[in-house]
Amino acid sequence: MEKLLGTGTVKRGMAQMQKGGVIMDVVNAEQAKIAEATGAVAVMALERVPSDIRAAGGVARMADPRIVEEVMNAVSIPVMAKARIGHIVEARVLEAMGVDYIDESEVLTPADEEFHLLKSAYTVPFVCGCRDLGEAARRIGEGAAMLRTKGEPGTGNIVEAVRHMRQVNAQVRKVTLMNDDELMTEAKILGAPYEILKQIKEAGKLPVVNFAAGGVATPADAALMMELGADGVFVGSGVFKSENPEKFANAIVQATTYYNDYDLIGKLSQELGSAMKGIDIATLAAEERMQER
Amino acid sequence: MKIGVLGLQGAVEEHIKQITALGLEGITIKQPEQLQEIDGLILPGGESTTISRLIHRYGFTDPIKKFAKSKKPIFGTCAGMVLLAKELSGSEDSHLGLMDICVKRNAFGRQRDSFEAKLDVKGIADPFTAVFIRAPYVESAVTHVEILATYNEHIVAARQEHLLVSSFHPELTGDTRFLELFVSMVTEYKKELIIS
Repeated sequence: MEKLLGTGTVKRGMAQMQKGGVIMDVVNAEQAKIAEATGAVAVMALERVPSDIRAAGGVARMADPRIVEEVMNAVSIPVMAKARIGHIVEARVLEAMGVDYIDESEVLTPADEEFHLLKSAYTVPFVCGCRDLGEAARRIGEGAAMLRTKGEPGTGNIVEAVRHMRQVNAQVRKVTLMNDDELMTEAKILGAPYEILKQIKEAGKLPVVNFAAGGVATPADAALMMELGADGVFVGSGVFKSENPEKFANAIVQATTYYNDYDLIGKLSQELGSAMKGIDIATLAAEERMQER
Repeated sequence: MKIGVLGLQGAVEEHIKQITALGLEGITIKQPEQLQEIDGLILPGGESTTISRLIHRYGFTDPIKKFAKSKKPIFGTCAGMVLLAKELSGSEDSHLGLMDICVKRNAFGRQRDSFEAKLDVKGIADPFTAVFIRAPYVESAVTHVEILATYNEHIVAARQEHLLVSSFHPELTGDTRFLELFVSMVTEYKKELIIS
């Protein structure tokens, strides 16, 4: 019987299986094992977590394939890795290595300031960041099988992720209620492909899973994003830059599942030690903001 | 008829949508007590390590075993198959250990090897589009386990009395025929209940 690889259903379905879960950034096998043991649904293999990328400055690139390989060998859960925006070869290398999902990510320094990858051309699925429905729909149009808010990575500050999640969801609601004859103009205003907007209008929701990312630092942050309609949560620097990664990881996983059980979240948040040190977005210069990429 | 979907992590909403499409009541199960309200339980696809951790952590293990012991039907898709297996290939661990099968995790490979294929399924008239995502398969099963479908000679759907498993994800398609198989098992259970 004919076997179809990398179909839309297979790529989007992979993200659907991650729903209600937490994807954690890790920089080595040891961290990957901690993430798996605490209940992460996947890990993102990186050379540095976003807050360290921010601190280090310079050009941030795809991780050393050795690190990605080490992480793939260490755990049985899916492994994701980041490629620079528009970097066809980094993406193809990660695909060839067999990573389960590629994040075409603004956390790394973009390789192309004009064009994103044509993600539909790959067998491996992609996740991309978005701040509004226009960005979301363009990425879906290019073939992204999963979305996430951009937030402001490596800041431990949830404010931007909240803004982006609210924005996308408000725009989805607006499009859903729109008359058919208003849709083309809305597509023009948003800079969104008309066909994708039409699908969103008909389904009343995005056609792919949308996770929260970029600033989640506590169990309450994760629960907040779920409350706002996220399908799941990426935690970048929030776990392994906290005082007690294992405790934080555990608590964030449980808070994501039981995001509206406030007694439980209160208990989970007790004596965790200090969260990662955060950054006020207002203190970031425009060129330091990764979300503009 | 009420069918519950274990709602700890994974493709929960997709199953609920299919249950509702059949005109039945679908309930997301987040507390062990809720198991008492339902006639059949679906363990959805997701990450089996994550779901298993939450099952133990939130006291679902014994209530689910009790549910199975009372002969109420359980349907495990993908991760759900891993959770139901008595044995996991290459591992000392098993999770709920309810069904007499040995399951191999990520048996077809990584995500790039994930695929769709049309399958013949026993009890379903025309071929069924099966979506396999980092899917497991049944490596070996005891004789009283009925094999419902195979792909390349690997068992990808099976039934043992009131337990049903599939490697693939019927909930990711618009086709409700596999779910209907499970619903007929729940109907059977309810009939027997009335007789006894």
